[in-house]
Amino acid sequence: MLKFILKRLVLLIPTLLGVITLVFFMIALAPGDPARVMLGERANAEQLAQLRSELGLDQPLSKQYLLYIGRVLRGDLGKSIVTQQKITDELSARLPATIELAITATIFASILGIVLGVAAARRRNSWVDYSTMTGSLVGVSMPVFWLALVLIMIFSVGLDLLPTGGRMDVRLYFKPITNYYLIDGIIMWFREGNSDYFVSALKHIILPTVALGTIPLAIIARTTRSNMLDVLNQDYVKTARAAGVPEGKVVFRYALRNALLPVITVIGIQFGMLLSGAILTETIFAWPGIGKWIYHSIGARDFPAVQGGILFISFFFVVINLVVDLLYSVINPRIRLK
Amino acid sequence: MTDTATAAAATRTGELLGIDNLSVSFHTRRGVVKAVRNLNLNIREGETLALVGESGCGKSVTAHAITRLVPMPPGVIESGIIRFRGTDLLSLPEKEMRALRGSKISMIFQEPMTSLNPVFTVGAQIAEVFITHEKLGKKEAFARAAELLNLVKIPDPVKRAKSYPHQLSGGMRQRAMIAMALASPEPGLMIADEPTTALDVTIQAQILQLLSELKERVGMALLLITHDMGVVAETADRVAVMYAGRKVEDAPVVDLFANPRHPYTAGLLGCQCSAPSNRNAARLTSINGSVPDLLTLGEGCPFANRCDNVKDECMESFPDISKAGEEHEFRCHNPIPGPGASI
Repeated sequence: MLKFILKRLVLLIPTLLGVITLVFFMIALAPGDPARVMLGERANAEQLAQLRSELGLDQPLSKQYLLYIGRVLRGDLGKSIVTQQKITDELSARLPATIELAITATIFASILGIVLGVAAARRRNSWVDYSTMTGSLVGVSMPVFWLALVLIMIFSVGLDLLPTGGRMDVRLYFKPITNYYLIDGIIMWFREGNSDYFVSALKHIILPTVALGTIPLAIIARTTRSNMLDVLNQDYVKTARAAGVPEGKVVFRYALRNALLPVITVIGIQFGMLLSGAILTETIFAWPGIGKWIYHSIGARDFPAVQGGILFISFFFVVINLVVDLLYSVINPRIRLK
Repeated sequence: MTDTATAAAATRTGELLGIDNLSVSFHTRRGVVKAVRNLNLNIREGETLALVGESGCGKSVTAHAITRLVPMPPGVIESGIIRFRGTDLLSLPEKEMRALRGSKISMIFQEPMTSLNPVFTVGAQIAEVFITHEKLGKKEAFARAAELLNLVKIPDPVKRAKSYPHQLSGGMRQRAMIAMALASPEPGLMIADEPTTALDVTIQAQILQLLSELKERVGMALLLITHDMGVVAETADRVAVMYAGRKVEDAPVVDLFANPRHPYTAGLLGCQCSAPSNRNAARLTSINGSVPDLLTLGEGCPFANRCDNVKDECMESFPDISKAGEEHEFRCHNPIPGPGASI
């Protein structure tokens, strides 16, 4: 097992180098002069040249590239043009909000998706099956920004049940402890016996979770259904039934464990996509995470910030894929032992 | 005639399993497939009955009907009674049926490669049977599983119990399947659905040998489903031959090999490499034509279109049971003459 992990870690190196390269050239070759953007239209040639040399933009592209790799390896993503803060600090301040939302959305999508998928497979060609599959087709086809706005219109504006945006009611002031507000809310609950923080954090996260989780939910439900249908026809399911194992155990222990193998890969990829693809959702719900920050950085032509943000998210995506692979090998003995 | 025959079978001493007039259909989009029609079958305690026939003749459907594992829908049991030690299995509540499965009636399947769950160890899967039926604890059940692996002659059973199916060879997996089928305090009937078809010849012999040995040792009956007459000759006490959903002949193995009365049985025996007609022959004998479509089967004898002895009445009605001795039955309008017969 240790050997397997080491092997996967070594394979991570070329992948990450590839990501760095892609991100660097994507930004470096994009039209527009960063120095001009930073200094504005009225800057003179001398000022521009000075800033270019400060940023290393006067060097040949190949040298810039090597310098960039060197900096990234040292964990230096540069400074934001707009705020003059280190990009790593900006990212780490916003990361908890993004992760929190991605986790709740993944949990929402996985649990509901697996339950619906199994139900649809067990009652194939019944109304449960048809409505689940139609619903998931609609879910997959729905643009996130549209769904988010509809959710706000119904639950915030219409029914006035849930807030339109933010992470917590502004009237509830508190000093974040872990920066994961749901966890902070629970801590405050224990510490002060006041559940308001937790309830508020929960209310704020519901709509973004549903908006962000709907597409993964639909994908997971469909994948679970088709895998479950396949597995329920396998000989070993027949063997378990012939051995008198109760039907519930046959479905949820013997069949589901096999059917979930591919689903777990899907969930992992979806989780990675949620981390990177939450730009629209975070922007609409004013969720102060990395997605919203990248959106604003793009608007402000903050090149180092965009570069750093994309690089960071890509790293995250690659690492999460690795974790999923390792997890996969834990539940699938055929991979582990080869 | 049918009634008297079944009544006689039921009262015959030592009946373990009795099937009367069983019909199973599958309702598909193309129409109703009559997979098994008016089948009568009985197995005595401790006996090995071979159920023989081509693919699609209803052997496996019969086996699945006994354990009530016919997928429904599309399957429908149209009529019939299946008695196991006097209880009608078809009217048994699902819970009681489940208690029988794996404890008194166990099954092994054709494909050892796919019949074991790939994500659980072999030992855990065998242990599951003890956990289900005897409510044993995990540890104890696992120890019992290792004992069984020893019984089916798997070397180093404790280590093998911790192996996953993909780490075992085909022969070993089939042994593990047999061990699983034996995981019961009092096995009555083991149904082996083509247990050796997927294995190579030397392993086939070993598995058959093992099955016969265990059968004696445990004192269970064996319903052996096969299309291999060689396997039948080696292991069976009695043989029932099926064709297109119908049982056409039923006899003790010696009788059947010596005096097949139904032309189809004779044809099956004639296809063997070792059959007298095939000695030194350039080509093996075969039965002409192919199995009829079960969707469009009429009331006549299903074998009529391929039969050398066909008569007009074969097309119109399926014949009643004829007797050729105490336990030798067949259904044919124009049978092959028996020894000393003057027909």
